[in-house]
Amino acid sequence: MADYKTIMRDGIWDNNVVMSQMLALCPLLAVTSTATNGLGMGLATLAVLLSSNIAVSLLRNIISQEVRIPVFILLIATIVTLVDLFMNAFMHDLHKVLGLFIPLIVTNCMILARAEAFASKQSVSAAAMDGLMMGLGFLLVLVVLGGMREIIGSGTLFANAALLLGDGFSFLDTTLLHEYRGFLLMVLPSGGFLALGFLLAGKSWLDHRKADQAAAKAEADRIAAINAMDEDEMAGGGAA
Amino acid sequence: MSDMDTIKQKIAYHPLLLGLIALAAGAMLVFGDAATRDAIAERNAEDLRASLKQVVAEHEHDNNLLNDTVVLHAPLEFSDSEAGITFYRARLNGEVVAAAFQVVGMGYSGAINIIMSVRSDGSIMGVRVISHAETPGLGDKIEAAKDDWINHFSGLSLANRNRQQWAVKKDGGVFDQFSGATITPRAVVRAVHNGLQYFNEHSAEILDPAIPEQEVKHG
Repeated sequence: MADYKTIMRDGIWDNNVVMSQMLALCPLLAVTSTATNGLGMGLATLAVLLSSNIAVSLLRNIISQEVRIPVFILLIATIVTLVDLFMNAFMHDLHKVLGLFIPLIVTNCMILARAEAFASKQSVSAAAMDGLMMGLGFLLVLVVLGGMREIIGSGTLFANAALLLGDGFSFLDTTLLHEYRGFLLMVLPSGGFLALGFLLAGKSWLDHRKADQAAAKAEADRIAAINAMDEDEMAGGGAA
Repeated sequence: MSDMDTIKQKIAYHPLLLGLIALAAGAMLVFGDAATRDAIAERNAEDLRASLKQVVAEHEHDNNLLNDTVVLHAPLEFSDSEAGITFYRARLNGEVVAAAFQVVGMGYSGAINIIMSVRSDGSIMGVRVISHAETPGLGDKIEAAKDDWINHFSGLSLANRNRQQWAVKKDGGVFDQFSGATITPRAVVRAVHNGLQYFNEHSAEILDPAIPEQEVKHG
């Protein structure tokens, strides 16, 4: 059965929605002008993805192949509408910022993709784990990207965090660069593309470095093995 | 399982499944709406109250502005007069002393939503921008949090500033433009001027004390 460690690695790094699958870029670029917005959107998407994965997995035995796509979309749309209503009621200030993008989670291809590719074929617990990890991977990218743009663009980090998480979290709200006049480009959408580009390059570099190290290690092992063999032969030769 | 598979092959199975799922989804939405409707209405009323508070100070009135409204349908530029322009009236000792209402300006990147209040003598009490999409760092000086500019409207009226003066300096008026952004302040000045003219034209209706306070309307 599904191996939770693999699911976790896939969701957060190896098969990350944004950085490997290149999905969900529209909401990503649109809302990440601050880390707080990124966090809010990430949490909303995570909630939708987790619930839709669980719902699809629960119903996987009764959903027939022919109508599966409309059923998935119906389920996802219902969950998104519920999230939208509850955010409007109980996280109103954040909803005012993200409001436009919450209904658009329906069209976030990553959610349908997980339902189709994973949840409809796996047990409920595995599907829940996958939803959680894929959502977490997406959330991390949103927060990192939002943080990058916010620091460079306005010199703050987690501004207005209290709006999202309640007053208890106002300590997150930090001004890193005082008297900073801001760098407009990073706040505008084009800055989102730039920051995303650097993020992708960074991940690619890390992956390549790891691959190189693995290759170097394999090479070293091979040479070590040959050396050991030589020594054995020499030792054997000496005895003879 | 093979039984299930044969059932799934039946042509009637697909619409039935889809219908049942739609029914379940509909039921969920009904519950969700019922659970959040009051809270959402309350939040929206809070929003409105907060923006009204910005232009009508607490000590200026002793009534609930949300319950004392006049809705006019005469056309006002960029506003939805079909839905009506709502005037929230401030009363002190039963006397209507001012009215607050929303006007819309067309800025550099779309609508600028403005709330303004006008005293019964036709002078402006306060103006605030509620929402806009102007360029950060250039056009956003219209926000009270960023710049003092918006406060210069207070006390002005059609009587103490003539038609030419209701414009930014570049156009021969009295209002400062921002360096690098003229379209934004021009739009705000124009919207406020239009609002003021509208108020003056309809002041008899807007200030009519005979129109009673209603029972809770938003809530």
